[in-house]
Amino acid sequence: MMSANNEMHKVDHIRCSHVGEHCATSPGPAKIVVRDFHAGFGETQVLRNVSLDIYPCQRLAIIGPAGGGKTTFLRSLNRLNSLEHDFRHSGSILLDGQDIFASNVDVARIRRRVGMLYAVPIPLPLSIYENLTYGPRLAGIRDRHRLDELVETSLKSAILWDEVKDRLREPAHNLSGGQQQRMCLARVLALEPEVLLLDEPCSGLDPISTAKIEDALDELKSRYTVVLVTNNTKQAARASERTAFFLMGEMIECGPTAVIFTNPRHGRTSDYITGHFG
Amino acid sequence: MTRQAISNPLHADEGADNGAPPPQINAPRHRRQLRIPPDVAQRIVVGGLWAIAMSAVAVLLFIIVFIMVKGLPHVTPEFLLQAPAKGGRLGGVSPMIFGTIAVAGLAVLIAGPIGVITAIYLTEYTRESKLTAFIRFGADCLAGIPSIIFGLFGFVFFADTLGLGISIISGALTLALMVLPTIIRTSEEAIRAVPAAFRDVSFGLGSTRWQMVTRVVLRSALPGIGTGIVLSIGRSISETAALMLTSGMVARHPSSVFDSARTLALHFFTLSREGISMPKAYATAAVLVLAILMINLLAYWFMRRFIARVR
Amino acid sequence: MRASQGMPKRSPLGAWLDRKQDLFISSILLVVALSAISGLVVITAFIFKEGLPIMLQVGVGKFVSSSDWYPAEGHFGIFPMIMGSLAVTAGALVIGGVLGLGCAVVLTQFCPRWAVSILKPSIELLAGIPSVVYGFIGVVILVPMIRVHLGGPGLSVLASSIVLGIMMLPTVTSISVDALQAVPKAYRDGSIALGATHWQTTRMVILKASRSGLVAAMILGMGRAVGETMAVIMVAGNTLDVPDSILAPVRTLTSNIALEMGYAAGDHRKALFATGVVLFVIIMILNTIALTVSRRRSRRKSGA
Repeated sequence: MMSANNEMHKVDHIRCSHVGEHCATSPGPAKIVVRDFHAGFGETQVLRNVSLDIYPCQRLAIIGPAGGGKTTFLRSLNRLNSLEHDFRHSGSILLDGQDIFASNVDVARIRRRVGMLYAVPIPLPLSIYENLTYGPRLAGIRDRHRLDELVETSLKSAILWDEVKDRLREPAHNLSGGQQQRMCLARVLALEPEVLLLDEPCSGLDPISTAKIEDALDELKSRYTVVLVTNNTKQAARASERTAFFLMGEMIECGPTAVIFTNPRHGRTSDYITGHFG
Repeated sequence: MTRQAISNPLHADEGADNGAPPPQINAPRHRRQLRIPPDVAQRIVVGGLWAIAMSAVAVLLFIIVFIMVKGLPHVTPEFLLQAPAKGGRLGGVSPMIFGTIAVAGLAVLIAGPIGVITAIYLTEYTRESKLTAFIRFGADCLAGIPSIIFGLFGFVFFADTLGLGISIISGALTLALMVLPTIIRTSEEAIRAVPAAFRDVSFGLGSTRWQMVTRVVLRSALPGIGTGIVLSIGRSISETAALMLTSGMVARHPSSVFDSARTLALHFFTLSREGISMPKAYATAAVLVLAILMINLLAYWFMRRFIARVR
Repeated sequence: MRASQGMPKRSPLGAWLDRKQDLFISSILLVVALSAISGLVVITAFIFKEGLPIMLQVGVGKFVSSSDWYPAEGHFGIFPMIMGSLAVTAGALVIGGVLGLGCAVVLTQFCPRWAVSILKPSIELLAGIPSVVYGFIGVVILVPMIRVHLGGPGLSVLASSIVLGIMMLPTVTSISVDALQAVPKAYRDGSIALGATHWQTTRMVILKASRSGLVAAMILGMGRAVGETMAVIMVAGNTLDVPDSILAPVRTLTSNIALEMGYAAGDHRKALFATGVVLFVIIMILNTIALTVSRRRSRRKSGA
């Protein structure tokens, strides 16, 4: 317990120091440690024996063909899978040294610390402002100024502030698709999470919106631990420091993005990256 | 052309569309010579079906127009605001309007929360099991029970056993049981129509299940639930058989929920059945039908909003 | 300051309550959710408790087969009412079944969009019209018409059947529409592609595929007709004889209860509850058949 606390402080210290480049070059202790993780739904085994470290203030891209368990893995990191009644798992996932599957864990708190952006923009049927304050309010923030401030900073981080600052009271579904996705990003950022999970966040967007999202993510890389699932290997190469390759429920390999894309250890990784399958 | 049609099955199909049936149907034609050709049969049958459907609309229009024409001239402000005199021959229906609102309103106030909570339980807090099948079976059976049985039950249980007497509250409790299945069913459908992704998002932003239900799901499902509630109010207003035995026939302004109150529908029944006053009966019917029309319009409006919101 | 850390620290008890919140809420909701089923149980229990003793005292066989209903002398036989209910329900089924099914077929197969938006609300509104209004229209329009053109007193099996048929139309239509819409569109397209006309397709493919759902619609419509009270009282005539023609007046089980409950006491009141028991049993049998038929359909559908 003591050591977990210490670690948390250390990580916070690194995060708060705003020296992203430093983080990226010397990883330090892992933010998330995954060990021997198996998962499945009912009779179906989806993930087999995944062990992986995710370092603070780094972007980890997860690539691989469809059906390889990428999304299941991502949804395990904030325990969204636990909502499925037939979800089962073994092994452990530690967030700052704390097992997120332990029975005494406050799941809502885990999900606030580990925010998630989905493949398609899903605005809640509320106004833009209410969408952004939904999470913070649930976390117990009532102060109006604090909420306004959170809305503004998170919208600015998602490069959306200038477009919507005068229409915060409008229903969120009035926004265009690309704007909706950036609003969803801002909605996650308003919780000031430590980890960002991105599940193919650009798969439903046009190239211009994709570029805007990537710009926003680029701005954020120094402050957040990012896990990005993508089908787009180019995006993985552009927007990550480390890359993991998932195939048929197993993690084939994981390493610095530059290495994975130029000199992978496994034949199947290079086959996938060069477009031989998947 | 013929050669082309044979060599290309797609063209053969186009030929069938133009009136020449393909071989399968064409083959037994020599035995069916006396039968009406399919396209003529089609016209006859469709014409007949349309006549049936239009007659349903005609019956509806007739009822509404008939009641309105005969009744509306007698619906005056005094009629709406005065109490009946001489057994209903004179005066108005104000105690009945009040009684109807009290009984129907109270019934929905009781059944609404119970129905919505049942729907929340069935959709958000459990998965399909023997238990949910059992609950749904109960609601289905309840929906099929005739109102006179509800009346008998309310009479012996609420009025007699629980000692509530022939009163507004007995009538409202009986009605609540009657409309409960409708509210459960419509709420359940409305909640199921809320996109599953909203739940993921809400959980992802750190909500508990209860917060997710109250802040996102119910909010999106509200117009759909409203439709069910409004239709239940309509059914409560129309009800007679059950209320005759539970909330009674006293034609005075009730002073509390433990007083008997005669509803509009029952008043109309009494006036017309006992031949007390036809003009007053028509006027009462006009008020009743107008109320039902407005309630259905309201339900329709809720439904439109719901569809707009879920999309 | 991050949001998640801005949260006040919970006491161990509070944290435990948070974790168990779903379970607590779920149990409370379950208790409420059981109210429908408990209502059903209590209704059944009280109707039987009030009605069964007198039925056993008279003898169940005698109660349902005797034609003597003289409450003052202690003679309780409801055979005429059972026959009356059966007669008007059968008549209503012929009229309401044809009309209801016709409307459902038009709505799902032969109806342009704009017409659906007129027809559907109309049929829903038809369901909303109070039964006393139907009864009243029956008395002032239908009954004189029958009396003048067909003879007899006018208050008759025929008048009740027509009124009940129109009243059950919305029930039959809405359940039939569900059944017809459940037929996969591919069946229809496949049949049309084979050169069948629209009506041939409807008759040979769609009606056949949705048969069990349509049967359920008819049965539930029958349940509605058997259970209807006020409208029937107004147009049926309410005599105590077994009807010998469709122009003869009848009394149904429901009207027997509603007519006499106001002044009944003692054994008479109990005998009316016993009438309710018979009605209840008939309705439960109809409901169970309808539920089984439609459940078989949905099981087959999910199996496919």
